[in-house]
Amino acid sequence: MRNKSTFSKLLERIKPYSLFVVLSMLLALFSVILTLVIPLKIGQAIDCIGDKTNWGKIIPVFTQVIILSVIVMILQWVMNLINNKITYYVVRDLRNDAIQKIETLPLSYIDSHSQGDIVSRIIADADQFADGLLMGFTQAFSGVVTIIGTLIFMIRMSLSITLVVVLLTPLSLFVASFISKKTFNMFKLQSETRGEQTAFIDEMISNEKVVKAFSREEQTIEKFASMNEDLKNASLKAIFFSSLTNPMTRFVYNVIYAFVALFGAIGVISGNMSIGILTCMLSYVNQYTKPFNEITGVITELQNAFACIERIFELLNEKSEPLDKFDAVCLNDLEGNIEIKDVFFSYNKEKKLIEDFNLSVKKGQKVAIVGPTGAGKSTIINLLMRYYDTDKGIISVDGYDIKDIQRESLRSNYGMVLQETWLRNGTIRDNICLGKPDASEEEILRAAKSSHAHSFIRRLENGYDTIISDDGGSLSQGQKQLLCIARIMLLLPPMLILDEATSSIDTRTEKKIQSAFNMLMEGKTSFIIAHRLSTIKNADTILVMKEGRIIESGNHESLIEKEGFYYNLYNSQYGDR
Amino acid sequence: MKKLLKYLNKYKKECVLAPLFKMLEASFELFLPLVVARLIDMGIKQNNLKYVYTCIGIMIVLGLVGVLSSVTAQYFAAKAATGFSADLRKDLFSHLMSLSYKEIDNLTTSTMITRMTSDVNQTQSGVNMFLRLFLRSPFVVLGAMIMAFSIDAKAAMIFVYVIIILFIVVYIIMKTNIPMIKEVQNKLDNILLLTRENLSGVRVIRAFCKEEDEILEFKKRNDVLVLNQIKSTRVSGSLNPLTYAIVNIGIVCLIYTGAIRVDDSIITQGEVIALYNYMSQILVELIKLANLIITLNKALASAGRISDVFLLKNSQIRTDENAKENINRDANRSDGYDTDTAVEFDNVSLRYHSSSDYSIENISLKVKKGQVVGIIGGTGSGKTSLVSLIPRFYDATDGRVLVFGKDVKEYEINELRDKIGVVPQKAVLFKGTIRENLGYGCKNVSDDELNEAARLAVADDIIKVKGGLDSYIEQNGKNLSGGQRQRLTIARALAKKPEILILDDSASALDFVTEKTLNANIRSLSYNPTTFIVTQRASSVINADIIIVLEDGEIAGIGTSDELLESSQVYREIYYTQFEEAAK
Repeated sequence: MRNKSTFSKLLERIKPYSLFVVLSMLLALFSVILTLVIPLKIGQAIDCIGDKTNWGKIIPVFTQVIILSVIVMILQWVMNLINNKITYYVVRDLRNDAIQKIETLPLSYIDSHSQGDIVSRIIADADQFADGLLMGFTQAFSGVVTIIGTLIFMIRMSLSITLVVVLLTPLSLFVASFISKKTFNMFKLQSETRGEQTAFIDEMISNEKVVKAFSREEQTIEKFASMNEDLKNASLKAIFFSSLTNPMTRFVYNVIYAFVALFGAIGVISGNMSIGILTCMLSYVNQYTKPFNEITGVITELQNAFACIERIFELLNEKSEPLDKFDAVCLNDLEGNIEIKDVFFSYNKEKKLIEDFNLSVKKGQKVAIVGPTGAGKSTIINLLMRYYDTDKGIISVDGYDIKDIQRESLRSNYGMVLQETWLRNGTIRDNICLGKPDASEEEILRAAKSSHAHSFIRRLENGYDTIISDDGGSLSQGQKQLLCIARIMLLLPPMLILDEATSSIDTRTEKKIQSAFNMLMEGKTSFIIAHRLSTIKNADTILVMKEGRIIESGNHESLIEKEGFYYNLYNSQYGDR
Repeated sequence: MKKLLKYLNKYKKECVLAPLFKMLEASFELFLPLVVARLIDMGIKQNNLKYVYTCIGIMIVLGLVGVLSSVTAQYFAAKAATGFSADLRKDLFSHLMSLSYKEIDNLTTSTMITRMTSDVNQTQSGVNMFLRLFLRSPFVVLGAMIMAFSIDAKAAMIFVYVIIILFIVVYIIMKTNIPMIKEVQNKLDNILLLTRENLSGVRVIRAFCKEEDEILEFKKRNDVLVLNQIKSTRVSGSLNPLTYAIVNIGIVCLIYTGAIRVDDSIITQGEVIALYNYMSQILVELIKLANLIITLNKALASAGRISDVFLLKNSQIRTDENAKENINRDANRSDGYDTDTAVEFDNVSLRYHSSSDYSIENISLKVKKGQVVGIIGGTGSGKTSLVSLIPRFYDATDGRVLVFGKDVKEYEINELRDKIGVVPQKAVLFKGTIRENLGYGCKNVSDDELNEAARLAVADDIIKVKGGLDSYIEQNGKNLSGGQRQRLTIARALAKKPEILILDDSASALDFVTEKTLNANIRSLSYNPTTFIVTQRASSVINADIIIVLEDGEIAGIGTSDELLESSQVYREIYYTQFEEAAK
């Protein structure tokens, strides 16, 4: 409630379930009214006792109480279910939207934000929010109804005593808000410290092998322990001080209770009230103060929930990649003529990268890009795949500006293998079939064989059904690359991008894969980035890049003849050994 | 949970005091109905206003003392709970850090993170709530019952029945609910995993246009999660209403019995009211207890998940007996032991537990101190497996690995690893300054030494470009290119001045000029380490003292480059695919 727009956004989220909300409110209303009627009935029963019990009157009252209790039970149970349903559905929708957002976020966002942070927004924050929302539904709402209900009942019985109660209540609210204000910063400190520690855990566990290789376990544990100590102290403060609310407000209610007893006693003595009504009043005061107690108890929880949902909304509010134009083309039977014209691009404005880049690739050409690290080779791929849009200039495929082509159509026409392998949790088969889930066994085998992955897969315990977890587990870097190549071999795409795709594969296997690629790429356009110049020697065009520009281009022979940058590079690898 | 209870040992004092003060508070609350009964029976009925005032005064004092004891109790509870979770977290982390590579291979980072964070938090709030309320509630219930007995034993028997029935209900609900909650946590893990994958694999997923499929899969798993959540609340959500109904029916029975007893003039009307008040108090407490049990169920489910982590055991723990036995053997051995040998493989085989085949098989070889050893071979030929046995990342399945004449299993593991500088395949850097990263393996190291290590690793220009040793590296070295990361990881290993240096394909992202300089620099190191260079490129090892050619986990040739060109078919192939010119 600190942020009004967050609150209204939250309401929008709940809106689809407004039927449930109305139902839950009705159920709460009825069950609260009934829970208020029950003490009334019991008061009646007690009044029947007196000196001589009026059995004829008391028995029907008993039956009523039992029936009412059972009805309340059912109402409350259904209400609990509905409240839980609303909460879980709202959170489910949030998470679904979040994943949809992730799939459409521009790469620039994902590249520049910590993965752990985004994950914790979708998982931990959403969970925290669910807890808070649920409490809000179950306690705040029926609490308010209880408060109003009890007040009405109390007014009917004794206006003056009710007045005492109402006048004294703000005292407890004052105490509660004072404490929660004081503790908010402590909670913030706690979550910050916790976030820091989580990031540390993430980093150390995912790189535990390096920690062990350098025998840094002790120092790592020490560092963890000191963060842990900070967290402990922050938590202790936050938990202790926030837990003060409850006893403090409870004390206020005790005072209220005593006052009601006092005024009630005076009332009875002066003959304005029966003892049964006094008992009933006292039990109402109990019921009236209980929700206050609970609401003040969940205030911190609610604050937390709001902080969490703000973080989720923040993610959902990020700008997605612009949608495909409504008249965007779908590429069929691609030729593979690529034209890059006057392209400017940089990741951040201060540091220029690609400037005035021009390149024309004819159908079926094999283009190699070489150059030192940081020359912008991988950036060209980011642009070709439209992971990033150019700042200026046009890239076109078969004459269409790629901004006018459906993204899916553009990307599915490329087969891409990157140096940084990515495998998903699942079987080897799942990973090979990533681009073609309905591939037949034969196709998979053929792809694995032509990428030379078959021989190592066969030797795994469960062959193609071996489950790989956490980015490949005990597979070697080279084996992972073979799997990534097998993926492409299965798809036979019309254009190919290889970014250091064989850097961890031995030269003999590489050579065999190369020939498989050559067959695959016969007559198709391909881009290859490689350090090993032997792999690109037979390219139609070799572009030598440096600092975002093409400094030389031509085929191998002409570049060697030129005795420029490429010539030196080549000689350092193969010339004088 | 039982296994985790030992973490409360340190907080015995708090664990006793917190409930004690809570009970104190509760007992003051229990007096309240008595005071009210007196107020009615003696104050009102006898029109004694002074008595009424006294009662009210007592009520307020009781409330005040109650607050004080409650605050004290909460302090102790919070202290015990946060201390408990901090110790648990620390032990959990230390435990994870103690695992060997074999266990690490099977860990899933995402679930370890949830276990160390959200599961530990759940147990913390479980302990906190437990100390604060779990003893208080039974105490109030029991106390109310005793008070009821002091009023009238026959009427009070109803309390006993109600409580027994409630306990049965609570037990059944807990029993059915805990497995459900565990299932919910597991489903949450699934979602977490998919989210992480979608972020780390964003380029591949988009290249294959799998966005829609991923969203569908996520929605599917999300639905499964929600289904499980709702299933779980169907059970846990019934606790509260059931309690309510049972207690109210109990109240009816109570007043019914009370009425009979009043008729028989055994108790007064005021006492019936007191009995009713006690029953109401029980109701309030039990509803609190019901909410608590839900928290506790979650804590128990989390505790189970945490205990599972502790069940993973390091398979490499060195036992003293083992060591003793080996010392004897060592004594016998040392006569014939050649002091020039740095590393010896004695008929070594290694099989990872996930595979049916040996990664390396029957390898025997000796490496002299100061030698530069090249290890070359195809993908999956066992190169990395071979070198990872030297720092004992894995234990050999058969045979022995000796470093400086001593079986690696007899070393204190850190003593062994301190001698060795490893540059792993995956160039990992940590969040922090360049200085911290380069000095990662060293105890005390000067800036000059770090700069020197960087110069040797051809990484000095990176430091210059980034702005000195104090410049910042992001998590996983995100703000560096692949080649820059590799050079820094090499500098990190060199800064240790190791006796044995292992470069595991760590020049794959370097261009050839840089690699050449690097190799020359390593050759010229003043401390002359025994060096292992794992590589795909013949050019990287061409000047090595010996080259080991591996194929399918076995040695296919040993010797210098020239010798191998003569003798090894495999080496020739590797060599000529790279140096085609020379072949022609």
